[in-house]
Amino acid sequence: MTEASETYTFTFMKEVSSLLHAADGNPFPMCVQCGTCSGSCPVAAYMDYTPRQIIAMVNAGLKDQVLDSNTFWYCASCYQCTVRCPQNISITELMYALQRYSIWKSRYKEDMIGPSFSEAFAKTIMRTGRTFEPILAPSYIFKFKLREFFMEIQNATELMLKGRLPLLPPRIKRLDNFKRMIRRIIPMGGEA
Amino acid sequence: MKEYAYFPGCSLEKLAIGYHQSALETTKKLGVKLRELDDWNCCGSTTYFHIDELLAYTLTARNLAIAEKTGLDVVAPCSACFKNMFFTQSHLKKDPDLAEHINFALEEDGLQFSGDLRIQHLLEMFTQDIGAEEIKSKVTNPLEGVRIAPYYGCQILRPRRDHDSAESLENPQYFEELLTAIGATPVDYPLKTRCCGGSLIISSRVAALSMVRNLLQSAVEREAALIATACPMCQVNLECYQQAVNQEFGTNFEVPILYFTQLVGLALGIPEKKLGIGKELVSAMPVLAR
Ligand code: SF4
Ligand code: SF4
Ligand code: SF4
Ligand code: SF4
Repeated sequence: MTEASETYTFTFMKEVSSLLHAADGNPFPMCVQCGTCSGSCPVAAYMDYTPRQIIAMVNAGLKDQVLDSNTFWYCASCYQCTVRCPQNISITELMYALQRYSIWKSRYKEDMIGPSFSEAFAKTIMRTGRTFEPILAPSYIFKFKLREFFMEIQNATELMLKGRLPLLPPRIKRLDNFKRMIRRIIPMGGEA
Repeated sequence: MKEYAYFPGCSLEKLAIGYHQSALETTKKLGVKLRELDDWNCCGSTTYFHIDELLAYTLTARNLAIAEKTGLDVVAPCSACFKNMFFTQSHLKKDPDLAEHINFALEEDGLQFSGDLRIQHLLEMFTQDIGAEEIKSKVTNPLEGVRIAPYYGCQILRPRRDHDSAESLENPQYFEELLTAIGATPVDYPLKTRCCGGSLIISSRVAALSMVRNLLQSAVEREAALIATACPMCQVNLECYQQAVNQEFGTNFEVPILYFTQLVGLALGIPEKKLGIGKELVSAMPVLAR
């Protein structure tokens, strides 16, 4: 390995770990590759790379392969890996960091619906203080024209008949304060 | 009468209305008052942390600050809300700079976060504070002979590390004890703490449906007649994707999924309607009408 690529190696791992407030004490380099995370992960079979492989790849600086994989969008945030890791590494937080990293750098694949869904969810919260979740999903499904989601839509209709589907998200009362509060966290241009 | 600050979360307003109704009815009957937080906001579930962790903490900190004002302990019926509250409080306590930044934002709404709340999931409040013995003593209609699979799901157990032992993380028993207290037969099945995978329906339909199928299969193989949940998202995922699972895999699952509060309510003799029973997609009536 050349010296230049060693610097790059160091950078991707550091970059990812610095994306987490909760990452203090999330020592990616301490991974011993025991595979407990992959063995515990209920989604591993569907991932391009298992959690154990992803952490090895992050540590090795294989940035492109990591970002091109579906692994971090397939993580269900179930924390099974995290509570079992003998090295106290939170793989779940690593998956979150990779999601964020790929959104910020616009490095996610077009067919990954995850990011659009997350963004839409965030926008609804900003506007009203509340959301539709988790039945928010079908409206994004329409957007992506996925035929297989017909069953889900049928379910949504049935829920509506049972009086369980909200048509508009309710708003919080002190919405103006709420928006000003968010502006102190994220400076945004334009009207509050 | 002991009083708690109650954070229902968005799902309970409509989608999980039966959970909300039954939580209020059963606690009333058990001598506990739930006082809904004034003007709470959505906490962002697990979705929001993808985009901005700082804002996600702020959203939850606002609810915590509102709860602190009441001077009461707080309970959340949604496992994701619970997890967010639990971890926001513990992270902000560990990171005073971050807490200061967030408090600066909260000033806009006249709020302050200090981080000394007792935060519980509603199921824990039932099992730890009220207690199985007390509930048992008030049961008038025991659910005798009903085989119920308790579904813990993920976020009520993980990633918190305050369990008594590794055993209580990997194989908890308190949900079973509650079901026994109301006269039902708790079913032991291997996937009770396994993730349902429902949140993946958008990024990977096949992964999501397989995981839901595995869970239903695991419960049905042990002859569970219904599954009890303690989270609106677990309930919705297990219930709403059953048809899709049946279509995809040629199975014929028809497992009613109820909230633990609905079951406790029935045992306490509260009429079904008041507990929101009847709004589920797979009717629980055939199982319950014994
Ligand atoms: S469980 Fe922890 S130490 Fe083992 S492979 Fe996974 S991350 Fe590495
Ligand atoms: S948190 Fe994600 S990576 Fe970890 S076990 Fe669950 S699904 Fe797998
Ligand atoms: S976790 Fe879900 S239901 Fe709970 S408040 Fe947050 S978004 Fe709403
Ligand atoms: S079981 Fe499913 S819905 Fe429940 S907490 Fe886990 S991922 Fe969320």
